[in-house]
Amino acid sequence: MNRNIMKLGIVLVVLYVALFAKLNWIQVVDKESLDNNPINTAQVRRDFNRPRGSILTADGAVIAQSIANPNTNSEFKRMRVYPEGELFGQSTGYFSFRYGSSGIEKQYNDELSGSTFDQQVKSFGDLFVDRENVGNVSVSLRKDVQQTAQQQLGDREGSVVALDPRTGAVLGAWSWPSYDPNTVSSLDKAIAETSWKTLNAAPGVPMRPHFYQDRYFPGSTFKIVTAGVGLQTGKVTNTEPSYPFTNGYTAEGTNKPIMNFGGETCGGTLPEILRVSCNSSFAEMGAETIGPVDMVAGAGSFGFNSSVPFDMPEPAKSVFPTNVGNNQSKLAMSSIGQNDVQATPLQMAMVAGAVANGGVIMKPHVLSEVRNVQGQVISTYSPSKWLTPMSPFAASTLLDDMVGVVKSGTAAGMAIQGCQVGGKTGTAQLGTEPPKSHTWIIGFAGPPGKPPTVAVAVVVLNQSGGSESTGGRVAAPIAKAVLQTALAAQGGC
Amino acid sequence: MTGRRNTELGLMLMTVVIVCAAYVLASLGSESRIPANIIPFLVAVIALFMGAHFAVRKLAPGADPILLPTVTLLNGLGYVVIAGLNEKLAAAQATWTAIGIVAFVLTLWWVKRPRDLERYRYTFAVVGLGLLLLPLVPGLGYDAGSGSTIWVKLGPISFQPGEVAKVALAIFFAAYLADQRELIATSQWKIGPLRLPHPKYLGPVLIAWGVTLLVMFYQKDLGSSLLFFALFLVMIWVATQRTSFLVIGGGLFTAGALFAWRTLDHVKVRVDIWINPWKTPSGDGYQIIQGMFAMGFGGLTGTGLGRGGDTRIPAAENDFIFAVIAEELGLVGGALIIMAYLLVIGSGLRIAAATDQVFDKLLATGFTLLLGLQAFIIVAGVLRLLPLTGVALPFISYGGSSLVMNYVILALLLRISDQTSKRSMNRAAVEVAA
Repeated sequence: MNRNIMKLGIVLVVLYVALFAKLNWIQVVDKESLDNNPINTAQVRRDFNRPRGSILTADGAVIAQSIANPNTNSEFKRMRVYPEGELFGQSTGYFSFRYGSSGIEKQYNDELSGSTFDQQVKSFGDLFVDRENVGNVSVSLRKDVQQTAQQQLGDREGSVVALDPRTGAVLGAWSWPSYDPNTVSSLDKAIAETSWKTLNAAPGVPMRPHFYQDRYFPGSTFKIVTAGVGLQTGKVTNTEPSYPFTNGYTAEGTNKPIMNFGGETCGGTLPEILRVSCNSSFAEMGAETIGPVDMVAGAGSFGFNSSVPFDMPEPAKSVFPTNVGNNQSKLAMSSIGQNDVQATPLQMAMVAGAVANGGVIMKPHVLSEVRNVQGQVISTYSPSKWLTPMSPFAASTLLDDMVGVVKSGTAAGMAIQGCQVGGKTGTAQLGTEPPKSHTWIIGFAGPPGKPPTVAVAVVVLNQSGGSESTGGRVAAPIAKAVLQTALAAQGGC
Repeated sequence: MTGRRNTELGLMLMTVVIVCAAYVLASLGSESRIPANIIPFLVAVIALFMGAHFAVRKLAPGADPILLPTVTLLNGLGYVVIAGLNEKLAAAQATWTAIGIVAFVLTLWWVKRPRDLERYRYTFAVVGLGLLLLPLVPGLGYDAGSGSTIWVKLGPISFQPGEVAKVALAIFFAAYLADQRELIATSQWKIGPLRLPHPKYLGPVLIAWGVTLLVMFYQKDLGSSLLFFALFLVMIWVATQRTSFLVIGGGLFTAGALFAWRTLDHVKVRVDIWINPWKTPSGDGYQIIQGMFAMGFGGLTGTGLGRGGDTRIPAAENDFIFAVIAEELGLVGGALIIMAYLLVIGSGLRIAAATDQVFDKLLATGFTLLLGLQAFIIVAGVLRLLPLTGVALPFISYGGSSLVMNYVILALLLRISDQTSKRSMNRAAVEVAA
């Protein structure tokens, strides 16, 4: 009998091995195709039925939160709402059961859902307290700054970025077109699908956070980088060299000159050429005074051609061409922010920030802190350096020069009574028939005689007109208003 | 003997720690909070399972030390998963666990020698068949929504008499075969070239078996029919050591299955969704597809306890609880459950092999098969390895009758094991004395 019992045992073991094999098949081999099956909503239901923390701005506005689903018959117990709608749409991102998540929702998913190691371990600390374990994420963005940017930009396409150059904290980040994440995150399948399709087909890609994922020609705002590299390498000072007064610069190997705006004649030392944004002088500065090696390395030291350590999903790299060694004409064009130079608005705000912060670029970030439901701080963002493109001396020289541009130059429209304001305009020409351009302004502001506390970059796309004054006319009022709001929040100048 | 019990105590302590940790993790996972009732839960778990351990220590000190901890793990994890699905059911399951453990202790206390059961073989046969027929009595039986009329409502209590009947009939089979096996094995009954055992020696079992199968089939309880068919066949094969039984049984099964598939709609549906559930993803195939989604979603390491909680799988707390475990604990957890059942099977068959009493041997084999094959049938159904036939996953699924009777089975297995080690101790003592 024992032999039969043993045989029975062997048969049962074989049967169980078959179970194990089939389990492997389903959970490992077939997993992907099961997960991707269109009728599978496992992921979604899991996320929507779990508690999730809120996202709050620095000035206390709730920009994302989970509330009980009013429809108690639904398979979803909770729903995600965005009380500020499109105002913070590109920052919070969406949290959709069909399309996953984006923005802060994606970046800080673990903190929001309470699944970071710290949150889990902390909750073991008080084993016997009955409570939710989610995290509320506070961001450095401010609703007032955001609203100012929104009102100022209006229905023009473009982006506004304001940050605190001392910490890298982003205070405002508005881009138009934006979108309302409530519809994409809707629990109603039809609403979510329709709005997803509409938004993806809409002109201007409203769901893309343009301020850090889109790149544009920076135009003359890039001259700050060129000037900064010149000062840092010691090849340029406020007195040397003095560039010839001319209406254009012709590089070696080409007979097509880079003309000044309107064919005007300009030249002189750095403070002078910066005030009027003299193309011929800066083209010569990049192409000859600084040269290809230092120009490429210098642009790199400002963050071009590098991945940006920004705490939002998939930040775009800004680009400075590296194949300029044997191409003086290309280098000359690039030195004034044309040709293949491309920059995100966030990058250009960091350029202004570098000047304002003694030559140091802090890592840009939106996170301030994570708190538990009791309001205790679980983790705090601590600012850290990213790059140091300039010495304090070079930075303070450039700061004074940029203040000069606001006092008596193309960025005069940015001036704020009682504050020290520096800036630089830019007009990246897109065509001449009719003349169209991306108009830029970058700058900073703060109490007089002290390091500036806010840096800003504004780009308004596809504006008619192509003169250097276009940047000042269109973008300066936006930058000024945003700086004023941000400064007011810090207690004024 | 105390060595075995101390091993068991160590394993029990580990199991209790695992179950309590799992309970906390499940609550953290689903609600992001420490369960409010953690203290009462801790007390209840320790009281129940440690109570069971001390009962064994007192009543069956020589019994196998692996079974009780393994079963505790299955029962505990099952409770944790059920609690994540439905708090009300969890409360009921806790009560049933308590009743199960009381039944476990009572069985150990009451059945001092397995041979005591052997004497009441016909009583068990009659009680077993009677219970099986109970749901067919008008006014008593009802269908709880599964399509099978296997429930009985007596006043406030609902139960599945079939679960009790399984145990009673297994006892009857073991007793009858222990008594008659030599006659069955040696008798000859020639039909043409076939040499079969004479029907007069097999009569009572054949009747019991036939009635059982008919009733279960009539009640559309396919899983139990399959289980019972196999139970009878294996027990008679082990008892008589005649392979012809397996051949004949296999032939009968094939013929019966083919016939059922051709003629019975509910059987055909089961087979169709087994072959291709994707034809009717929101109809008949819904349950099995949702189960596969859940398991696939769990992947290698699972979503975490309390983070699956897939209320979309019909009967998630019962037939499909394995899918929920495989979702929450992944392949690792699924493999753990599979290994736990293999441990139960291994221990059970070892108990069967170790005893020199024929009745004990057959009973232990039958009981082990009841647990091991039942687990296989339902897990294979959930995994789409076999057509799905709803039976409970022993010790894990929600359901009182099944849980309580499984604890009775466990008690009897431990009793047989204890008897064996007692006898060998006595023999050793005699040899030493000699």
